[in-house]
Amino acid sequence: MDILQAISKSLPALADGMVITLKITAVSVVVGIAWGAALAVMRLSPVKPLAWFAQAYVMLVRSVPLVMVLLWFFLMVPQLIQSLFGLSPRTDIRLVSAMVAFSLFEAAYYSEIIRAGIQAVSRGQLSAAYALGMSYLTAMRLIVLPQAMRAAVPALLTQGIVLFQDTSLVYVIGLADFFRTSKNIADRDGTTVAMILFAGAVYLTISLLASAGVKALQKGRRSFEVI
Amino acid sequence: MSNTYKWDWGIFLQPVSTGEPANYLDWLLAGLQNTVILALSSSVIALFLGVAMGILRCAPNRWLASIGAIYVAFFRNVPVIVQLFAWYFVVPEILPTSMGTWIKQLPSMTQMMVLSTMCLGLYMAARVCEHIRAGLSTLPRGQLLAATALGLTLSQGYRYVLLPVALRVAIPPLTSELINVFKNSAVVSTIGLLDLSAQSQQLAEYTGQPYESFLAATLIYIVINWIVMIVMHRVERRVQLHGYLGSK
Repeated sequence: MDILQAISKSLPALADGMVITLKITAVSVVVGIAWGAALAVMRLSPVKPLAWFAQAYVMLVRSVPLVMVLLWFFLMVPQLIQSLFGLSPRTDIRLVSAMVAFSLFEAAYYSEIIRAGIQAVSRGQLSAAYALGMSYLTAMRLIVLPQAMRAAVPALLTQGIVLFQDTSLVYVIGLADFFRTSKNIADRDGTTVAMILFAGAVYLTISLLASAGVKALQKGRRSFEVI
Repeated sequence: MSNTYKWDWGIFLQPVSTGEPANYLDWLLAGLQNTVILALSSSVIALFLGVAMGILRCAPNRWLASIGAIYVAFFRNVPVIVQLFAWYFVVPEILPTSMGTWIKQLPSMTQMMVLSTMCLGLYMAARVCEHIRAGLSTLPRGQLLAATALGLTLSQGYRYVLLPVALRVAIPPLTSELINVFKNSAVVSTIGLLDLSAQSQQLAEYTGQPYESFLAATLIYIVINWIVMIVMHRVERRVQLHGYLGSK
């Protein structure tokens, strides 16, 4: 009972942590999918240097541990922040570095999902677009990508759930997300066992609910397509 | 990057400032050793447990199948760092007292290695389980029926007919998982285990040269990647069955 009381007393702090977690997840899903789509289009483009760049990017990002990527961006972002983004030095550097790191990291995984989606679109679609006088970019933007993205939605959402869990790794740069906050409260109150189990239960519940949602969406779409 | 940063690749050969008879390169290599031991030992656990769970998930008995399904749902939906902290901070507390104290009196390095290996092994087993299930489900139903018609028991059917093919089908995804174990193992730096990523952070702190330290560790991870891919490609060629697409 004491433990339940301890948790309920810390709920506001835990909620703040969850907001950070969700912010990182949301920004990285949106930016990651946009940059991932751009990478996929480059990877399949007839311009060889672009294709090579996209391929090298994906290979590099996928062979480095996320922990190292977070450390890299926490090292580099403070210097980039002032020169590139023009943000004030008071901006929360940890949060911005985490968002940049996850967006660029997840884009590599999203691009592979979108590439699979593009390759599943029938070749005739692209030929027909060319026959109508469209360029590669226009055909991709107006004809191929809309179909590819629709097919890729379930996989993209599932990757989003993986991303939601991965955000807990911001622990290594000391950002007070949901998990770090739980651990800080545990250290303060001496309730390590309870807080870690509680944090695990929260992640488990949210992820399971989200996967059930993705599954329901998939099922709904399938019955829609039959009609 | 600031233009005042002074690159100095000589740091790796400098003696460490703690007074140990070692240079910073030795630290990095010690971290690499821990990463390799950790990744390989947890892959062994992941392979055996994952195959067992994969068979359970496809078992004709509904209760057995749901054990596999619950295992996967649990281990794939809790972040690996939370699982690691649970192994390190929670498991020794909730085990029977004698086992808990036995774990706690281990030298701290051994304790971290054992608990991290268990954590990564069980975490990765859930992913292996899914690939084995996928491998088993590509096989035609008739194979098991034919095996039992020939008088094999269910377990013999799995042992001699289904698994030899399913495991081969699963090699490419299992290769990516083996690469993933090495990458995921970097999480153990958060409990203070000095793996490759933790050593690169220490190097950055002690030498004040974070770019060289992180570059060195990153390059080592990339090389590990290549080695795993090359080795697994050879394994795949060697165990290949005739008569399948992609065989010689």
